[in-house]
Amino acid sequence: MKVYWRFAALTVVIVGTLAWLAAGGFNETKTYYKTIAELDQMGASAIGKRLRVAGDVEAGSIARAGGGVRFVLRQEQRTLRVVYRGTAPLPDTFRDGAQAIADGRMGSDGVFQATKIQAKCASKYEAEPGRPPGAPVRRAGL
Amino acid sequence: MENLGSISLLVGFCLSLYAVAASAAGGWKRNAFLVESSRRAVYAVWVLVTAASAALVGALLADDFRFAYVASNSNRSLAAAYKFAAWWGGQEGSLLFWNWVLASYAALVVRLRRTHDALTPWVTATLMATQGFFLLLNAFVASPFRMLAVGRGITEVPDGTGLNPLLQHWAMIIHPPVLYLGYVGFTVPFAFAVASLAARQPGHEWIHLTRRWTIVTWLFQGGGILLGAAWAYAVLGWGGYWGWDPVENASLLPWLTATAFLHSVMMQERRGMMKIWNVVLISCTFLLSILGTFLTRSGVVSSVHAFGKSPLGSYFVVFLGLALAVTIYLILSRLEYLKPEARLQSVVSRESSFLLNGLILLLVCFAILWGTLYPLISEVFSGEKMTVGPPYFNRVNIPAGLFLLLLTGIGPLVAWRRASPDSLRRNFLWPLAAALVLAAGLFAAGVRHPYALVSFGLCLFVTWTIGSEFYRGARAIQARTRQNLPAAAVELARRNTRRHGGYIVHLGVVLMFVGFTGSAFNQEATVELKPAAQARLGHYELRLASVRPVENENYAGQTALVEVSQNGRPLGSLRPERRLYKSGGQTTSNVAIRRGLTEDLYLNFAGLSEDNQRAVLQAYVFPLVSWIWIGSVVLVLGGCICLVPSAKPGHSRTGSGGAESPHPEGTRAEARPTRH
Repeated sequence: MKVYWRFAALTVVIVGTLAWLAAGGFNETKTYYKTIAELDQMGASAIGKRLRVAGDVEAGSIARAGGGVRFVLRQEQRTLRVVYRGTAPLPDTFRDGAQAIADGRMGSDGVFQATKIQAKCASKYEAEPGRPPGAPVRRAGL
Repeated sequence: MENLGSISLLVGFCLSLYAVAASAAGGWKRNAFLVESSRRAVYAVWVLVTAASAALVGALLADDFRFAYVASNSNRSLAAAYKFAAWWGGQEGSLLFWNWVLASYAALVVRLRRTHDALTPWVTATLMATQGFFLLLNAFVASPFRMLAVGRGITEVPDGTGLNPLLQHWAMIIHPPVLYLGYVGFTVPFAFAVASLAARQPGHEWIHLTRRWTIVTWLFQGGGILLGAAWAYAVLGWGGYWGWDPVENASLLPWLTATAFLHSVMMQERRGMMKIWNVVLISCTFLLSILGTFLTRSGVVSSVHAFGKSPLGSYFVVFLGLALAVTIYLILSRLEYLKPEARLQSVVSRESSFLLNGLILLLVCFAILWGTLYPLISEVFSGEKMTVGPPYFNRVNIPAGLFLLLLTGIGPLVAWRRASPDSLRRNFLWPLAAALVLAAGLFAAGVRHPYALVSFGLCLFVTWTIGSEFYRGARAIQARTRQNLPAAAVELARRNTRRHGGYIVHLGVVLMFVGFTGSAFNQEATVELKPAAQARLGHYELRLASVRPVENENYAGQTALVEVSQNGRPLGSLRPERRLYKSGGQTTSNVAIRRGLTEDLYLNFAGLSEDNQRAVLQAYVFPLVSWIWIGSVVLVLGGCICLVPSAKPGHSRTGSGGAESPHPEGTRAEARPTRH
């Protein structure tokens, strides 16, 4: 039985270590999903928290300036100004009208400071003729 | 054509249900007539799914845009290979492809097992139950044969909307099918495990029967994941090969549990231990592969890879729930057949290293699953949707991965039952010393990254132990046959392919770890250059020679011609490109990579600056990344060696590992005639 106790102790040490590492990583990167409306409601309490916001990129709003990219996200009539200063290049799918997800923190000036941008161009083909309403829109495969 | 396809799917669905009923009843009542009938139903399902697939592929190749699926996944100017690949490019078609792979596997299993035994009917029933579920989805929820013209007043669709340009890449043609061959293939060993429980078979016959099958499936899954990584690196423009995206994680999870399974089955074969554990592992693998399909298809977790939102989700939840319930019931009701025949005798033993390996793989799997599903979990339990990022995954998985790497070096050399201090010293003294010397040398050379030091040290440690195993075994053969050393090493591998193939797989993993560790030393810079201006990154000088427009019928764009030199010595030029695809209007960047064994130079042309005067270039140096791809090839090669039957199975006792472990995993296993 001694062997089993030893093995159990080893297991506890391993599980404990991994759990401790996981908990640390968890608290460090935990990000809240918020709608733009919720962000507006949060007001000053949103400042500094890690947040993830989704919306459509407003047409014509993308501007590259001073090493950063500024654009406006729109979600149900509400808009949010975003600036992205990350080092990774923006995804190719990021452009006017694309659905974008911005990860970052709310700045005190009301501009969302994004550190990561993901984008999908879901509306890409919707304006094309010959496409019936409700036909499935497929994007990237597995 | 469309009617042929739809009807085939419908009849196929009915027949798969019939096959479940007939084989289960046949197995229960030992009615050979019913069992034979279910076997033929399996063939019929294959014929029908093949016919449906042919109908869809025919429509894709013939540009028949009346099909909604063809119109949204293909266009006229697409190359024929991509038109064919559009079979698995979209939601409905890839489900059909899934069905076709499963039907083919099922037909193959039935074909290979012609003897009437207690196992086969339950294997058939499990396979066909899964098939029935996927055919249900394909026939009623996501049919690839929906037509555009019917009742909507559309008479002609001139052209389709095409395939996403990012997916127009060779790796994207083969990555999904290879991955699917893996995902779907796990159904087979699971079906044998279920059959073994259902038929109340003690022992490990199901493991013998599915050993090769599991290795092949594991190779496909791993190969598929690595192809995806290679594609991401070469195409996506951020230089990464893995981003802990939910869909990537979903494909990794069953592969991790399958890795644990492949190792722990040896415990059952050699020592009759871990029987419950093995059934649990293969069930987890199957359920996780279904879960992965679900995550990819339902849109419940947002991902860059996922198909759009769809009503498939609830069906998957029901199927997963049923499969889980049946599996748990079977395991609990058959516990008496799963009793271990031996006990753990020492913490320092082969058994213990297998247990630890399984434990860590499962913990890693759980941590990744938790992180992946966290947006769902947090929404259900706290009402607030939260997500976790790559740092979470890295913090858990890097140390866990390094510990697994350590076990890779220790496990195969530790004796079964109980290892003596003397054997430990003999096996590990020199590798350990070499690892410490390397780590100290790297530290002296200025490497301060702790994980990198540990990782490089462990890589040498594992390589040394593997090398010494080959060396000792080959010397023993050489002493008897007087061959030269390399020939003796080949002879050694042939005598126990499973053991030595496994070593080569381990070596592949080591090489991949070398590549992963290189990422600790990545360098990057974003520069804005006017023509003829220069920038530096690491020891490279980059000079923008020109920016030229390019245009053809598919896309228009600009090419930056960048001359690369090192300390004034020219190394040639790189041509990253920025393209605007005319159909669909998507911009993509084509990165330029100068690959090398020590490091890759990676250039991405991000576009022109605001004033149109300067080119914005993102430049990266990725040390050692090529070793990931080299390691992948070695891994697949090692896996293939495991599949070759061992020559002269009685003669593999070449003295490796000393007197305590007379010979390694299972010549007992290989000595028995098996069909798979």
